[in-house]
Amino acid sequence: MTTKRTFTGALVATAILSAAGCGGGGTASGEIAKAPADPADASGTIKVLTARTDLVQNGTMARYAAEFNKTYPKVKVRFEALTDYEGEVKIRMNTDDYGDVLMIPASVAKNDYPKFFAPLGTTAELSAKYRFSDKTDVGGKVYGIAQFGTANGFVYNKAVWKKAGVTKWPATPQEFLADLQAVKAKTDALPYYTNFKDGWPLTAWSNNIGSVTCDAKAGDRLAGAVSPWKKGGELNTIDSLLYDIVKGGLSEKDPSTTNWEASKGMIAQGEVATMQLGSWAITQMQDAAKKAGRNPADIGFMPFPVQKGGKYCAVLASDYQQAVNIHSSHKAAARAWIDWFTDKSGYSAKEGAVPAARTAPMPSTLKDFTDNDVSFVERSETRTGEVNTIDNAAEIGLNKPDYRQKLIDLARGAQKGSLDGYFADLNKRWDEAAGTAGS
Amino acid sequence: MTDTTHTAPAKVPRSVAPARTPVPGGGHRDGSLLRRLTPWLFLAVPLALLITFTYVPVGNMIYYSFTDWDGVSPDRRFTGLDNYEQIFTRPELFRVFFVSFYYLAASAVQIAIALYFATVLSFDLRFRNLFKGILFFPYLINGVAIGFVFLYFFQDGGTLDSVLSWFGAGSDHAWLGDPRSANTSLAGVSVWRFTGLNFVLFLGAIQSIPGELYEAAQLDGATRLQQFRHIIAPSIRPVVSLSVILAISGSLSVFEIPYIMTGGATGTTTFVIQTVKLAFQFNKTGLASAAAVVLLLIILLITWIQRRLVPDEKVDLV
Repeated sequence: MTTKRTFTGALVATAILSAAGCGGGGTASGEIAKAPADPADASGTIKVLTARTDLVQNGTMARYAAEFNKTYPKVKVRFEALTDYEGEVKIRMNTDDYGDVLMIPASVAKNDYPKFFAPLGTTAELSAKYRFSDKTDVGGKVYGIAQFGTANGFVYNKAVWKKAGVTKWPATPQEFLADLQAVKAKTDALPYYTNFKDGWPLTAWSNNIGSVTCDAKAGDRLAGAVSPWKKGGELNTIDSLLYDIVKGGLSEKDPSTTNWEASKGMIAQGEVATMQLGSWAITQMQDAAKKAGRNPADIGFMPFPVQKGGKYCAVLASDYQQAVNIHSSHKAAARAWIDWFTDKSGYSAKEGAVPAARTAPMPSTLKDFTDNDVSFVERSETRTGEVNTIDNAAEIGLNKPDYRQKLIDLARGAQKGSLDGYFADLNKRWDEAAGTAGS
Repeated sequence: MTDTTHTAPAKVPRSVAPARTPVPGGGHRDGSLLRRLTPWLFLAVPLALLITFTYVPVGNMIYYSFTDWDGVSPDRRFTGLDNYEQIFTRPELFRVFFVSFYYLAASAVQIAIALYFATVLSFDLRFRNLFKGILFFPYLINGVAIGFVFLYFFQDGGTLDSVLSWFGAGSDHAWLGDPRSANTSLAGVSVWRFTGLNFVLFLGAIQSIPGELYEAAQLDGATRLQQFRHIIAPSIRPVVSLSVILAISGSLSVFEIPYIMTGGATGTTTFVIQTVKLAFQFNKTGLASAAAVVLLLIILLITWIQRRLVPDEKVDLV
């Protein structure tokens, strides 16, 4: 019996010791990761982590790497595609082994960037060259370069809208709702598809912050006890529109079983008229239209239905930012890849996205926007870190589907409560969290 | 049981015998040391696995629950009991336990169904093995696959709707559309999945009852129901009590099926889904760890209460 007891004691002690010994992370050297002046100097094997499993599987990424090798023959690029990118990389970042080049997971707090990533340059230098660089600016140094950015708005099927007699973009939320009503009345199409089940398409609604009042700093203004859902607030306008769409019976009957992959085909074939998404989705919808034997030109993109001074605004938001692992032993090669992929690969143009480089032209997918003189507003990210801290502390999740799923449930009567009550509750939680998290 | 007690005394002298005969040199001492070590050597591998994959993570979790760690940052601050204080002062964190009642009710149904089929199939029946296979099969399917299959099943115009409409009972009901129907549907899926496990446990217990007892009962003119009541039920009591414990802890920690099918939307969030969301959506790993520790304690408490109420009696049929 005594031996048994000591052994159990030893067990517990081991457990506690190993628990205490399990600290993660490394030290920040603070040295800027520079691409070598002479491409021949860059060498080594670099591992690039990406969420685009499709592009790795169909060999597109390998073709980019082959193209890259023409300039940098001594660098070998390997890709690791992760389906659950956020979840897996976040856990791997507790070790030193998270690739040489990776996309910064959203869950990493901005102030921790210097502990995980090598700086890529000073803010003064990089912000002149790239859009969205303030998103990763910590203490005057930039830690990530955007792959590309997206404009936000509504993907819609032009043929269906035309059939409903609507040819002009709606200029107010009321007009937008009236147009959806017309689609419902005059066509067989479903006016709006929420993608409730997959959830993440609901998060794209938050990217309209700034489009409503044409204010690049609208996102930054959320940092503080500002009651974001108060009357006239941007989130109030955005979420009220979604609420009214669902309440008006303009969305799918059973949101709980929606299917993102299927929705592409549905909008391509005119079964669904409208979906709120980023401009990155346009090419995917056009592909779906091609596959279904429809005209890809039917896929249109319209800005959020609000005008300021007679003009529409569309916020440009950054996609994932590419960064160099601070523990990488081939930082120069890793940086060379990032620079090449951002500037020379043609990736963003192919994806129909807004290029990170300021000098590059707007993509063809946004031709409707440029033709109609929509003003592009580059979202300021200077206080994103604070906003995220408040958001997490409040457990609301502006970029998580949950709170909008509840909004939709309220709108269709699946859960009890009023919109005003819900907004009041959100405001209260936000303001309380701002009080505690801000300190 | 009686078997082992009979043979045990016979074995003891035999195993002691070699120790009494003098062994030349130091062989005797080495032998006994080796003998004492042998069980530990056998245990070394499973124990190492157990410690690495159970106790160390649990130790880590308990440690995290006292910090404000966000799950990524290399820094963490020790915050004492702050996380626990939050859990017990925020009623909305506990409200999700109401969802567990759906699963608890479903577990009762599940145990009843499993018990019924186990009893029926323990008697000699045509296609007995086929039915056993059919009942056990769902348990072998991966939970994620089940989630996807049933998502199509409950879809608007999906399998359930079309089957119902064959019988003229087709409805426009969105099965996962409102909290009550969604939770009932999800609990139904969990019954479908886990009945097989309970069934096999019960069947094993029933089949270990010696056949003479039934014969004797039959000679005395006992009906099948009486046989169940007086032979089967008492002899499988430990297994039933185990099933109840598993059912309760299972209902409190439902995760896979609702997480895959609804993601916790429309009032289907369970305590574990909420914990996962706290940890991975809102980066409150510290708070989530505390929630996990609380869940562990609740389950231990319930098990303990249950063992006090229904002590494990020795089954004695003879």
